[in-house]
Amino acid sequence: MCGIVGLFLKDKSLTPQLGDLLSDMLITMTDRGPDSAGIAIYGTPRPGIAKITVQSARPGADFANLTAELSAAGLPATVTEKNTHAVIEIAADRRGDIRALLEKLRPSIRIMGAGESVEIFKEVGLPGDVVSRFGVRAMGGTHGIGHTRMATESAVTTLGAHPFSTGPDQCLVHNGSLSNHNNLRRKLVRSGMTFETDNDSEVAAAYLTAEMASGKDLGEALTGALDDLDGFFTFVVGTRTGFGVLRDPIACKPAVMAETDRYVAFGSEYRALVNLPDIEAARVWEPEPATVYFWDHEKAA
Amino acid sequence: MSYHNPPTPPRKSATFDDHTLAEIRRAAATGIYDIRGGGTKRKVPHFDDLLFLGASISRYPLEGYREKCETSVVLGTRFARKPIELKIPITIAGMSFGALSGNAKEALGRGATLAGTSTTTGDGGMTDEERGHSQVLVYQYLPSRYGMNPRDLRRADAIEIVVGQGAKPGGGGMLLGQKISDRVAEMRTLPKGIDQRSACRHPDWTGPDDLEIKILELREITDWEKPIYVKVGGARPYYDTALAVKAGADVVVLDGVQGGTAATQDVFIEHVGMPTLACIRPAVQALQDLGLHRKVQLIISGGIRSGADVAKALALGADAVSIGTAALVAIGDNDPKWEEEYRALGTTAGAYDDWHEGRDPAGITTQDPELAARLDPVVAGRRLANYLKVMTLEAQTIARACGKNRLHNLEPEDLCALTMEAAAMAKVPLAGTDWYPGKGGF
Amino acid sequence: MPVFDLSATPLRALNSALHGLEQGTNDTRFEVVNPRGHHAVAVGIDSPVSVEVHGSVGYYCAGMNDGATVTVHGSAGPGVAENMMSGTVIVEGDASQYAGATGRGGLLVIKGNAASRCGISMKGIDIVVHGSIGHMSAFMGQSGHLVVCGDAGEALGDSLYEAKLFVRGSVKSLGADCIEKPMKPKHLEKLARLLEKAGVTGVQPEEFRRYGSARKLYNFHIDNADAY
Repeated sequence: MCGIVGLFLKDKSLTPQLGDLLSDMLITMTDRGPDSAGIAIYGTPRPGIAKITVQSARPGADFANLTAELSAAGLPATVTEKNTHAVIEIAADRRGDIRALLEKLRPSIRIMGAGESVEIFKEVGLPGDVVSRFGVRAMGGTHGIGHTRMATESAVTTLGAHPFSTGPDQCLVHNGSLSNHNNLRRKLVRSGMTFETDNDSEVAAAYLTAEMASGKDLGEALTGALDDLDGFFTFVVGTRTGFGVLRDPIACKPAVMAETDRYVAFGSEYRALVNLPDIEAARVWEPEPATVYFWDHEKAA
Repeated sequence: MSYHNPPTPPRKSATFDDHTLAEIRRAAATGIYDIRGGGTKRKVPHFDDLLFLGASISRYPLEGYREKCETSVVLGTRFARKPIELKIPITIAGMSFGALSGNAKEALGRGATLAGTSTTTGDGGMTDEERGHSQVLVYQYLPSRYGMNPRDLRRADAIEIVVGQGAKPGGGGMLLGQKISDRVAEMRTLPKGIDQRSACRHPDWTGPDDLEIKILELREITDWEKPIYVKVGGARPYYDTALAVKAGADVVVLDGVQGGTAATQDVFIEHVGMPTLACIRPAVQALQDLGLHRKVQLIISGGIRSGADVAKALALGADAVSIGTAALVAIGDNDPKWEEEYRALGTTAGAYDDWHEGRDPAGITTQDPELAARLDPVVAGRRLANYLKVMTLEAQTIARACGKNRLHNLEPEDLCALTMEAAAMAKVPLAGTDWYPGKGGF
Repeated sequence: MPVFDLSATPLRALNSALHGLEQGTNDTRFEVVNPRGHHAVAVGIDSPVSVEVHGSVGYYCAGMNDGATVTVHGSAGPGVAENMMSGTVIVEGDASQYAGATGRGGLLVIKGNAASRCGISMKGIDIVVHGSIGHMSAFMGQSGHLVVCGDAGEALGDSLYEAKLFVRGSVKSLGADCIEKPMKPKHLEKLARLLEKAGVTGVQPEEFRRYGSARKLYNFHIDNADAY
């Protein structure tokens, strides 16, 4: 039960403001989710470079000398620390090596997300505090999604915060409460997925990952979710080049969208959108139940 | 020598017992599930499986008359400008005018007022009789919103947002046409004589994040005066309590599976919900984890019958209890004096549960004016007050024996459990041990 | 004329000023600026004042309104004019879900579109939507009128009681127990009055179709069990 926001910029000149705009949207949703907050920012990918966002409960110890040790282990990397998180940049063709290496060098580090463009930051606490500890306002990017959490049945922890990474450059935020996530989780575990939390939203994320791994694109995976997920949900998902929205067929959790020539925005409430440029002139509507919405920079271009 | 084959006596199936067989035949004949009133009739672990330890040498008891044992409780101290002060920690649960006759509602108001406690409206709005005879009246805010209006909201002493009830967590109601009289129909804006289907979710919010905004609206409408209760059925008490609190409740009302209803499917009453005993500790744990135990008050209901039950619920951490079925019995429900009429209805005193049919011989769960006239609200109110006073005296007797000068100073450590089930559910050691299931070290 | 700037003044100050106004008070016109999606704006008013809200509001604007005229010069969030008793609420923009939920009287006018569950559990309110409405509208509607100049979404009038529904455009689907009914002269008259009161011009009552309850779910019958 939560507040969710998303912003997809059509106008490149807004790119430097993405973090600032998303931060305002997220903080406005504090009442809906005071327990924890998280944000995924999609920056412009750099050719040949992969990014991995990691988190540590003891960042001082874990991030110190990490660059040197990775390099010594044969994986040149740059490590940019951001509070409890760090973004590790490596050559894209070495992306397969980093997980095992981190597990060996820094077993307490958790991978929040990986890809070419996404950086994911999430922590326990009020959205305003979370945003400022990671310096989200200063971040630029092409699109992003965010979440404020009022935990229902799973623990209030960093890993239980959203967004949940669903695969390379893919992540999901969720408002609602799934009613068949335990059975689905068991099925996904049998097929080899691993889970970090008891959170129902992580199951939704893993489901989408598994579906896409089997060859579906995001749109097809979301359509499948309508049959396979039971309960109440509004999802906003991010991919390397786009973002999508899906509400369950009952659709009683709130969702508002706004579109102008410069952006597409999502908020759990209209309030989240009021600071966006020229919002008064935007087309504002509520997404239909059981309907997949998707915007893509590459398809738009 | 011939072999004598002794006859095998007829044996009935434990699985397909007489009740089950009858229910299969009834379903086959009628094509409708059984609808009835009341709470679960199955046996579930309950307060009977707990005993108080009392005092002896290591603890010292209080003397009966001279040494007072305080029973009062204040509800709604968190945000409300006008919290409710009750003399006793036993309130009357929500029961609608519609389900009950006007006289029955009046009797509940009179009895509660005499005893210094509150009564509660139900799914049907507030009547003037009820308001007039209830010193402290809690106004229920239900999914149906029957009879809901700002005037009654403001003349109530507290507002109880009903998310669910123990008899049917996750379910709505069904008041069959027989009970929709002219007045009930008018209060509910429905045609007379049709089935009333109550929704299971509120029409304009879902989930705790929305509930927080709904609570804000109700507080703004009532100028932040009224305590706001949130009532839930026993389902996932830890989470539900924590979320009601996060959404801004002043008081959480938690109704276990033994809690009654005016009318719903028997399968719901018997098969959905958690025993009251099992609800209390997780709810208290949630309040403690949030640092709000005793600051957000917890009211427990569902199968409370005696002062012993009251004392046990309080010892496990509740601030007050609420009674529905027991209050109806006190004013005359299922009284053996109507046995002949119960038999004519195909039942017997003590088993009558077709409350939805509106033919209650005791004149309580009916809208039939002749039947309703059988209940004298003044006499019945007195009976309820007597009963509430006995329960209070009983609870005080136990508390004094445990050395407490306040009922609310009872603790889980004042109890022992008779069964493994009760020990596990109440997190109270099995008698003679210091262990309960789930606790390490056995 | 009192003006409340919600970017500077707490919501409490606005609502408490609107409550318990003395009879004959000179303050009968209120203005609210910078509502910026605030919830519970102008709720529980019980006197015939007028409130002009300049901007968009959040949940439950004008909730339980009893006699006031509240105009939102913007869009309204979920549950605008929920449980209205009497008076008029006008939304110049769009309304989110649950518009006019459980309303018992008065007139709610939405000049844009209304989202899902418009008029859910309505109990006497009249709602006129200049645009279209979303799914599950008038669910369990008990009485009152819902007039839609545009289209209606899925499951219109599901489990309907005696509320009367008028739709000018298409209806995606009807809910359980909701059927199209003949438009009689008295309906056309009522519709004409509502359209006029709601400021709808250039639209004739004859362009609408009427929907109401088939009343098959009024008393349980096993042959209708599929609807439950």
